[in-house]
Amino acid sequence: MGIEKFPVESSHIMMFARAVGDTNPVYYDDEYASGTEPGAIIAPPTFVQASAQFDPDYFLRPKEGHSWFGSGREATSVKKSGGGGGGGGGGGLHAEQRYTYHRHPKVGDVLRAEVKPGKKWEKEGKRGGTLSFSETVTEYYDQDGELVVTAIGVGVVTGKVVEQ
Amino acid sequence: MALSARALKVGDTYEEQVVENLSRTRIVMYAGASGDYNPVHSDERFVTEAAGYPSVFAHGMLSMGLTGRMLTNYVGDGRLTEYGVRFTRQVWPGDNLTAVAEVTALREAGEEHFVDLDVTARNQNGETVVQGTASARIDP
Repeated sequence: MGIEKFPVESSHIMMFARAVGDTNPVYYDDEYASGTEPGAIIAPPTFVQASAQFDPDYFLRPKEGHSWFGSGREATSVKKSGGGGGGGGGGGLHAEQRYTYHRHPKVGDVLRAEVKPGKKWEKEGKRGGTLSFSETVTEYYDQDGELVVTAIGVGVVTGKVVEQ
Repeated sequence: MALSARALKVGDTYEEQVVENLSRTRIVMYAGASGDYNPVHSDERFVTEAAGYPSVFAHGMLSMGLTGRMLTNYVGDGRLTEYGVRFTRQVWPGDNLTAVAEVTALREAGEEHFVDLDVTARNQNGETVVQGTASARIDP
């Protein structure tokens, strides 16, 4: 598991910052960014999640030659659907996400991600039946082999659909 | 821009409304930028007919990203050292989210100064959707 090459690109950061409603020019204006403390366009705090774009096997992206579980002619292409996957890894919904920043990724970095399974545990939920949690640890290294960001995601699989 | 230990005390808070009337289009923008195309976030037909939810809902990571904007506006560019949250409630189209940081500790490690924060985002009903902590490097 892992991602061999995650190039940190300026237009990708701009689109990501727009999606989270962040108009800070440190995320799109290289002249402005050169005058800030980081000295370059940096990534917003949750940007490394977008490394999914560089995972050739990422399961939450439609792929050529494979059916997709979202709607087309029918509401879904699969006979029986679960609650969908989550960004936390291991399927189910995303319960928790933690980042440690050894430094902040900047434009021009080419990161490599190593993914390791973490802890697993179960809990009785108030609304969702038995909850099965699983942790995924992703370490992002730069082109010099230095650790840049450590990400820990927790996915939860619920016994039934969680109601509002 | 950056925070200063001299000017901070435990209990200080900083708050921003990070989204008003969350649109399905913003959720689609997040799907496109992040690469998480799970149809529960963008495909109303799939999510209501096949997955059994009342509507599409935001990626947890969109709520965390929106909340992160409040944090970086508070602590300054490139200053965060830790940021972690639990997703306590789903976020739906039409929601307003307000994110708050509260200073829980000021500490020194070596020559450097840090602030520890509790981080919360609430919807228009006052319900917590994201709850966690963050730390940032600050000036003396």
